[in-house]
Amino acid sequence: MDKWVEACSVDDIEEEDLVRFDHDGRTYAIYRSPENEYFATDGLCTHEQVHLEDGLVMEDVIECPKHNGRFNYKTGQALGAPACVNLKTYPVKVEGSAVYIDVG
Amino acid sequence: MAGVVIVGAGECGVSAAFALRERGYTGSVTLISEEPHLPYERPPLSKASKPTQKLIRSQVEYKRAAIELCLGVRIEALDLSRHILVACDGSSWTYERLLLATGARARLFPGTEGAATLRTFDDACCIFQRLYPGTKLVIIGGGFIGLELAAAARAMDVRVTVIEAAPRLMARAVPAEIAAVVEQRHRAGGVDLRLGTQVTSMMAGGVSTADGSTVQADIVVAGTGAAPNTDLAERAGLALDNGIRVDNRFRTSASDVFAAGDCCSIPHQGGRLRLESWRMAQEQGIHAAASMMGEVDDFSTVPWFWSDQYDLGLQVAGVVASHGITTMRRLSEDAILAFQRDVVGRLICAAGVGPGNRVAKDIRLAEMLIARGTHLSSDQLSDPEVNLKSLLKAA
Ligand SMILES: Cc1cc2nc3c(=O)[nH]c(=O)nc-3n(C[C@H](O)[C@H](O)[C@H](O)COP(=O)(O)OP(=O)(O)OC[C@H]3O[C@@H](n4cnc5c(N)ncnc54)[C@H](O)[C@@H]3O)c2cc1C
Ligand code: FES
Repeated sequence: MDKWVEACSVDDIEEEDLVRFDHDGRTYAIYRSPENEYFATDGLCTHEQVHLEDGLVMEDVIECPKHNGRFNYKTGQALGAPACVNLKTYPVKVEGSAVYIDVG
Repeated sequence: MAGVVIVGAGECGVSAAFALRERGYTGSVTLISEEPHLPYERPPLSKASKPTQKLIRSQVEYKRAAIELCLGVRIEALDLSRHILVACDGSSWTYERLLLATGARARLFPGTEGAATLRTFDDACCIFQRLYPGTKLVIIGGGFIGLELAAAARAMDVRVTVIEAAPRLMARAVPAEIAAVVEQRHRAGGVDLRLGTQVTSMMAGGVSTADGSTVQADIVVAGTGAAPNTDLAERAGLALDNGIRVDNRFRTSASDVFAAGDCCSIPHQGGRLRLESWRMAQEQGIHAAASMMGEVDDFSTVPWFWSDQYDLGLQVAGVVASHGITTMRRLSEDAILAFQRDVVGRLICAAGVGPGNRVAKDIRLAEMLIARGTHLSSDQLSDPEVNLKSLLKAA
């Protein structure tokens, strides 16, 4: 079931960066790619449940700030140890200046 | 089929085994470890007040990748000319290619032989089962493992004294400015820090130090560095040089025998470097796997490690020079970075400390700037408004 919630404004995220978004007891990461597209994944790294918010975004990749586990934030794919389990991704849409994610 | 045999199932050996499969190796892969447990991560052992066995890979993953795990088996002898390994119970293996990933063990100095050490899950269990609120814990050595243990023990209300021979903490691994922040945090956390004095002997109920005092202890733990496990290699006649001597492709002095991780030393800027770092052990294992399969790239990675103490996260990229030019950058009241450049202005090391993961992004960017040998000015490095990512993109 779709459940779109407003996560942030388009300008809250710098190009090639991410912000944290908390909703309903869950935490997410919202990304803005170098091409100015928006993506969303679970907020916690699948290695040790550390939040990705202080991680580095380079092109399609988010690197966990704790031990550099790497994921493709567009697909959620884990790119090698210590990141061995994929990140869950969520659909995103932009309406006006608002970024929505489908947490449903 | 003889295939690849790996001795040591720590971070390095396990990474190498899976990397062989990921690269399409179809021969047999045998991973032998003296420890009885499924291979686990060591870093959590000193960071939490309850020893947990965080597995590097689950049992089914070894099965799925057709990696044969032999646990609780210590290899005693290596016959280079016949390509044979022999275990203490007499069982033997032949190999086409051998990787020694035997790691390191805790080192003890004279006078402290009775101290406990922290290297394995079993060590952690022995130590933590003796810690209760009010227990008197003396830690010899103000390096990472000792300091992480001090922080974990303080969280349990243990009375902690740390005795360090050098005038400051973590002297070999981080610049003084970063060590000062950590020192202050330990003092604020209630640790009795005694710097510039050495433990000379241990007796029942305490230790004596070089300055003539005695410190009471219910338990004494030494965190005074690690020595590479080279006995097997040495008996076999492999060349050693502060660890098993390898080239840029992790080849030892014998053909078909490779070594990687904490047990080896690699060529570095005209000298040799032996690292004790979790991520480096993984990366070296992966590179050694490629090398065993005939790939010819040289290994070149900027060393990196982290430490967690209390709410502080500390990270270092590069190798700290005792005489480098240091430039500080303050990110916020409680987070700082220290950069070191060589004489021609190239970034060679970056260290940072701050709450949580505050310094992580900048250290990662600095690591990439170091890898590219980027020249930077002290103004660029000190100004928090100068974005390291834009410097990297401009480099
Ligand atoms: C308590 C602790 C905390 C740490 N924290 C951090 C941290 O925060 N950050 C960081 O970057 N690094 C940290 N490290 C360092 C990191 O864990 C090591 O660099 C890493 O484990 C090295 O991996 P390795 O595979 O080379 O060696 P090891 O992990 O030492 O594994 C080698 C294995 O080989 C086995 N072996 C040796 N000889 C034989 C033989 N003859 N036959 C069979 N088996 C044998 C050993 O028993 C061992 O199981 C920490 C280390 C410890 C001990
Ligand atoms: S917590 Fe993310 S890589 Fe370890």
